[in-house]
Amino acid sequence: MVPHSARRRMRDGLLRGMLWLSGGLVAALLAAVAGYVLFRGLPHLTWELLTTQTSVLRDTRGIWPNLGNTLYVVGVSLALVLPLGVGAAVYLTEYAPSRRLAGAIEFAAGTLAGIPSILYGLVGMLVFCQLWGLQASLLAGSLTLAVMTFPTVLRTTQESLKTVPQSYREGALGLGSGKWRMIRTVVLPAAADGIVTGCILAVGRVVGESAALLFTAGMGMSLNHVFASWENFSRSSGATLTVALYVYAKERADFDTAFAIAVLLLGLTLVLNGAARLAGRSIRQRGGERRE
Amino acid sequence: MSEETVLQVRDLCLWYAPGSPTLKHVSLDLPERQVTALIGPSGCGKSTFLKTLDRMNDLIPGVRVTGSVRYRGRELYDPSVDVTWLRKQIGMVFQKPNPFPMSIYDNVAYGPRTHGVRDRGRLDGIVEGSLRGAALWEEVRDRLKKPALALSGGQQQRLCIARALAVEPDVLLMDEATSALDPISTSKIEELISELKERYTIVTVTHNMQQAARISDKCAFFLLGELIEFGDTTQLFSLPRDKRTEDYITGRFG
Repeated sequence: MVPHSARRRMRDGLLRGMLWLSGGLVAALLAAVAGYVLFRGLPHLTWELLTTQTSVLRDTRGIWPNLGNTLYVVGVSLALVLPLGVGAAVYLTEYAPSRRLAGAIEFAAGTLAGIPSILYGLVGMLVFCQLWGLQASLLAGSLTLAVMTFPTVLRTTQESLKTVPQSYREGALGLGSGKWRMIRTVVLPAAADGIVTGCILAVGRVVGESAALLFTAGMGMSLNHVFASWENFSRSSGATLTVALYVYAKERADFDTAFAIAVLLLGLTLVLNGAARLAGRSIRQRGGERRE
Repeated sequence: MSEETVLQVRDLCLWYAPGSPTLKHVSLDLPERQVTALIGPSGCGKSTFLKTLDRMNDLIPGVRVTGSVRYRGRELYDPSVDVTWLRKQIGMVFQKPNPFPMSIYDNVAYGPRTHGVRDRGRLDGIVEGSLRGAALWEEVRDRLKKPALALSGGQQQRLCIARALAVEPDVLLMDEATSALDPISTSKIEELISELKERYTIVTVTHNMQQAARISDKCAFFLLGELIEFGDTTQLFSLPRDKRTEDYITGRFG
């Protein structure tokens, strides 16, 4: 008979091996995906691809318009969601008269954050494209994504506001500051890195979104001069990088271009995650300072 | 002895929740330019009482107050009272130092800016004056733009005093302002209080009997929400009128 402690050691070793295996598997999977994307895409990620638009006559590929479309969607949806999300979070944490109302809204926001994005696309298409008459346009897509990322910005801002010590608020009010001044000058600056983290996460979701945009923003590949006129700004439609990836891969069987876009997206995701992490770390450091 | 009464409290009751009140029919007169210490065991209502004097209890949902608090003749709980005005007259220093996460200068300038001072030169003067008033100027004059959170605990608390002084209050409330500090910082702040009382009326809550005896002119003893005894500190500590006061200050309970 195996002694008790030896059996325990064996079980321990087995468990550790399994954990190691699953951890290793995750790392290997990530390395394989990233490696394959880089291997296929990097050779095609050329200067021409990044700075021109696709031409059928010259048989060249370019994603410059799609880069522009992505920037448009990121910019406009962020400009919409930032004041709304931060404003709602401030209201819920600082003003909401009843905890139950705030709790209900928080629950709703949590649920909204988990809804598949294609549903947002469907609703966005019905409301913004048809009901509001925006048709398939970058503006309608941006509105849709603003609605989609609203819960994210709301929640991260709220979490950050909750970490601002009550003593800051008391200190400001005790000096005779009004509530809004207290929020503007003490609470929001102290919560700034959380708000930035929320924004970066929102941008990440916007950059990576395709399903909701297929319905709402269109799939065009040509250059939009969105700043030329209000007409252009509100009516232009086109594919963002992710949608372009879908179109090249699925409809044109042009996998070289699709993988080149994938490399670009991979890089962007990496940068955004790194930025969110940096912002998050500086929050934690400040939290540590407070506990002293 | 004729003394100007700055704060006159009459029959003050306070409830945090329906039921038994946390403060029961408290009445007392706080004299001008003197230090009044509020003492009593934990949970006796002394901090709650202090907060009624600048309406910081307003922040807590469900609080109900009856009775009267008059500041130089004006009823504080009158709906027409502007809380911003009130808290400019009556400043508060909290138990734990709570400087804002901004520079030393901006911390001190926060109050004046709140009350509309924008002129750079005037602000500079107020900041220096307040920091001198809180005996912190010499230590921080070279690093006014540095973050306040980098200061030591004792320095932070003196910064909070400077911040309170910067709005030129009439009354200074201190809620166990030294309980989170080491003995050296504590004695610095005690000295400071003795100097500040030449210009301000000070009300301080303390758990420390020796401190109350050292720094206060008047002393109020609270027990279970009631004001048991209020009088000159020397008298209260040498010849308490109430048996419960005597028991407490001689350390029989609390």
